Amino acid sequence: MQLLNASGCLDALTAPDVARSLDAFVTKTVTPEPREGNPPPRIAETDHGMLNAIGLANPGRQAFLGQTLPRLARELGPVWVSVGGFRAGDYAETCEQLARDEVACVELNLSCPNVDEAPESAAEVVGACRAATALPLYAKLSPHAWDIGETVRAVEAAGADGISLVNTLRGTALDARLRPRLARGAGGYSGPALRPVALAAVAAARRATRLPIVGMGGVSTGRDVLELVACGASHVALGTVLFADPDAPSRVRAELRRELDELALATVEDAFCAALELVVKAEN
Amino acid sequence: MSRPGRERRRVVAVEPVGPYALVRLERGMLDPGNPGQFFMVEAPGRVLPRPMSLCLAPKGELAFLLDPIGPGTRALAALEPGERVHVFGPLGNGFRLDVPRPLLVGGGIGVAPLPYLSEALERPPAVLGFRSEHHAEAAALVPNAEVVIDPVLVTDALPEGRDVLACGPEPMLEAVRALVPDAQLAWEAPMACGFGACYGCVVEVDGELKRLCVEGPVLCSS
Ligand SMILES: Cc1cc2nc3c(=O)[nH]c(=O)nc-3n(C[C@H](O)[C@H](O)[C@H](O)COP(=O)(O)OP(=O)(O)OC[C@H]3O[C@@H](n4cnc5c(N)ncnc54)[C@H](O)[C@@H]3O)c2cc1C
Ligand SMILES: Cc1cc2nc3c(=O)[nH]c(=O)nc-3n(C[C@H](O)[C@H](O)[C@H](O)COP(=O)(O)O)c2cc1C
Ligand code: FES
Repeated sequence: MQLLNASGCLDALTAPDVARSLDAFVTKTVTPEPREGNPPPRIAETDHGMLNAIGLANPGRQAFLGQTLPRLARELGPVWVSVGGFRAGDYAETCEQLARDEVACVELNLSCPNVDEAPESAAEVVGACRAATALPLYAKLSPHAWDIGETVRAVEAAGADGISLVNTLRGTALDARLRPRLARGAGGYSGPALRPVALAAVAAARRATRLPIVGMGGVSTGRDVLELVACGASHVALGTVLFADPDAPSRVRAELRRELDELALATVEDAFCAALELVVKAEN
Repeated sequence: MSRPGRERRRVVAVEPVGPYALVRLERGMLDPGNPGQFFMVEAPGRVLPRPMSLCLAPKGELAFLLDPIGPGTRALAALEPGERVHVFGPLGNGFRLDVPRPLLVGGGIGVAPLPYLSEALERPPAVLGFRSEHHAEAAALVPNAEVVIDPVLVTDALPEGRDVLACGPEPMLEAVRALVPDAQLAWEAPMACGFGACYGCVVEVDGELKRLCVEGPVLCSS
């Protein structure tokens, strides 16, 4: 089991120590053109999570490949690159250009709630990228789909090597005068409130595939990591928790060791075996 | 530059200052940083910490002045001595102190960073504006301060030919900038992380959206 950051939740160039405390670093989503992102205010805390409408702010493919990626690789070695776009061709072109030693893996962001243009079907995008690169391809899915298993089977058939989930849920929050707190009105809801959603989504994905799954959504403790693994995650990503606690990677690992001792499990992966029965039951 | 640290610190005391609360924490190994820098302070029961300017750095302590306006600041104001909260900082860029004729300008809770700044600049004159006499009790924390109360505004009381260092609500900062184009101004934005990770705190700087926690919070307008 590897511990990663969730895309968009850590800037390795401003906080390299935090990035180094993870097993792998995932970049913020890169789009073909530079994007300034949405106007402020872009974030709002709610009682059990936070909303963000960053809007895929990023320097664009050219600046990423020319400047950001070499600097990242110098600091960290090969990284996971999150790729976004508005047509399958956008994703495929970026994937083609990512064929470099500096890239360990590509995560296709098929699920950003903060941009208006929806990408084509997840499977079409994965298919186009499969044809464009030999790099490992992870499909990052939204928790909104009612039948996650169906999407997972479709992206696997199209050539995905792994699944990442969940991205944020769409949400909104109002201020004292009943106006939206985000300039964009709505945003992506992340943090502790997302955890039950993530557990169910990962379990549904695990029932549909044997591919590796990066589970995420509201993880903030070692116990949370173990629960995601129990539901079928192979790896786990930390998102919103990094904002409140940049020391979370080492803390979570320590908590995980204590949790395993308490449950008399030899390895993290054994947590899945313990839950397997339950997952099979839910299927019938 | 001082290196930010993150530690779980004990609450020494929470003292009322007019409608505000002065939260005094044990300093531990944390560096108080430069005036105008801030710390992310854990707000018990909340998902995200809250950005707070350092107000005072008494021996062995870090003290924050806060206005309890919402769930996070109210949770901080309700801390009891002996409780512990995580504190991360110092973060961001503070005020430049190499100014020959400093004048501190503060409005409302914007006085928060001025006591520590005043100390560093050897007690320069200050002009502070408040909504009421009750709020103006916070002026006692800033030496050599002239106090104005609504409807009189700080911009009505600004002497000329001074290097202005200001913190306060956005309309006040805009008004100060209009009068003193090269003023150093400490801005606010909602922040999730305070260390450049979330891109949530962007503000427009020279026509571009920049992260206030990285570029600021003190920006020079000229
Ligand atoms: C660098 C920096 C330093 C700060 N230093 C201090 C300080 O020393 N003392 C202090 O009391 N406060 C300070 N603040 C502001 C403080 O962080 C916010 O008031 C606090 O986060 C509000 O949280 P809350 O949960 O209490 O209220 P919320 O529910 O988050 O907000 C209550 C109301 O205030 C508005 N609001 C919230 N945050 C901001 C903001 N940052 N800017 C403008 N409006 C906002 C909301 O829209 C809402 O209407 C600072 C902010 C920054 C960015
Ligand atoms: C501020 C912020 C920015 C994000 N940016 C991206 C992004 O650029 N690409 C992406 O695939 N997911 C992005 N996400 C979603 C996260 O990667 C993650 O899927 C989600 O937040 C759930 O995990 P969490 O609850 O642990 O934060 C972002 C989330 C947040 C909070
Ligand atoms: S508060 Fe997160 S980038 Fe500034």
